[in-house]
Amino acid sequence: MHELAICQEIIIQVNAIASENQASSIESITLQVGPLSGVEAPLLKQAFPFAAAQTVAEHAALIIEELPVIVECKQCGSHSTVATNKLICAQCGDYHTRLVSGDEMLLASVELNREHQADKNQLAEANHV
Amino acid sequence: MCDTCGCNITSGNQHLIKPGGKLSLANNGVTSISVLKNLMNENDHVAVHNREHFDKNNVLAINLMSSPGSGKTALLEETIQQLKEQFRIAVIEGDLETENDAERIRQQGVPAIQITTGSACHLDAHMVHDAVHDLSLKDLDIVFIENVGNLVCPASFDLGQHLNVTLLSVTEGDDKPSKYPVMFRAADLMLLTKTDLLAVLDDFDTNKAEQNLRQLASDAPVIKLSSRNGDGLTHWVDWLKQQVELQQARVKNGESLKPAIQKEGAQLHIESSKNSLLQNHSHP
Repeated sequence: MHELAICQEIIIQVNAIASENQASSIESITLQVGPLSGVEAPLLKQAFPFAAAQTVAEHAALIIEELPVIVECKQCGSHSTVATNKLICAQCGDYHTRLVSGDEMLLASVELNREHQADKNQLAEANHV
Repeated sequence: MCDTCGCNITSGNQHLIKPGGKLSLANNGVTSISVLKNLMNENDHVAVHNREHFDKNNVLAINLMSSPGSGKTALLEETIQQLKEQFRIAVIEGDLETENDAERIRQQGVPAIQITTGSACHLDAHMVHDAVHDLSLKDLDIVFIENVGNLVCPASFDLGQHLNVTLLSVTEGDDKPSKYPVMFRAADLMLLTKTDLLAVLDDFDTNKAEQNLRQLASDAPVIKLSSRNGDGLTHWVDWLKQQVELQQARVKNGESLKPAIQKEGAQLHIESSKNSLLQNHSHP
């Protein structure tokens, strides 16, 4: 699949966030992936070190939250957690449903290490005094 | 989904949006930042650009997806035969190797651009963008994008098309929609192809194929056809004519269309985002 390309996109995005926030390194990256996004979490984990090598995210932990598939019934209004190939209402059986969760492929959050930068700032402050 | 309007926020992740801002500081010098950015950002950005190109030139773009050998090129040959007097058509062909399909299309007297992906199993918006620049869009009414034969990856890439058409040939088995839900959920229209072979196949039930599609909460119409004997082709051609009219009406009104799956998703995510804002407001 295209998991390596996704990892490259992750690196582009976290790199931008790290430099925006003057971070020295990235501690962890949390993704949210639903099964209907077409991306496989184990493959992302395998591909990630190759994309992260020699970047600010080289030692970052990749955390993947796998989200459930939830549909909302347009007929009876109930929410059901369902299988990826059975997106029908578990209450009334109608197939007129809409997906509430399960197709996400998102960069949810990033933990940045700014200690190095903070030290420098403190040093600058101390020198100033 | 995009990052500007907040439609990335779904009920699955809205708990991450906390009142007081998205940036929270931990004690150990580590800063945590909530992002909620779509990881197909780069592809989707180019796809939006492609769609603008199509709309600006009043062109309808249709993405054909299926497994290899389900009859995409044969269907296009027949379709071009029937429609080339009425519409100006071009085809973007995606394959791992060879110009074979583009040559077949050119023999029908319409322009065809072959994209050879090497080992890539799908087309993406960048590849289509390059191909589109080799076409004279202002002289066209319909662009067919024949994706790489594959029931997995092509479904995940927006190319800038208006509609997805997924083919399922009757030799493949009527349970394909259940086996490949990501692909079949993306279909705006499902075509059951090679129906001339139904006479010799006792294990493909067209009703079951449709039921399996409905199990994916899909309302997409289903057309049965055979490019070989011509059965059902008029329904497909009529559907295409109707779609060209709808596209021209949209362009006139300054509107555009994304494939059904993306449209529904975006609307839903905007609603969830509004709900989460309301919840945050009432429980600060």
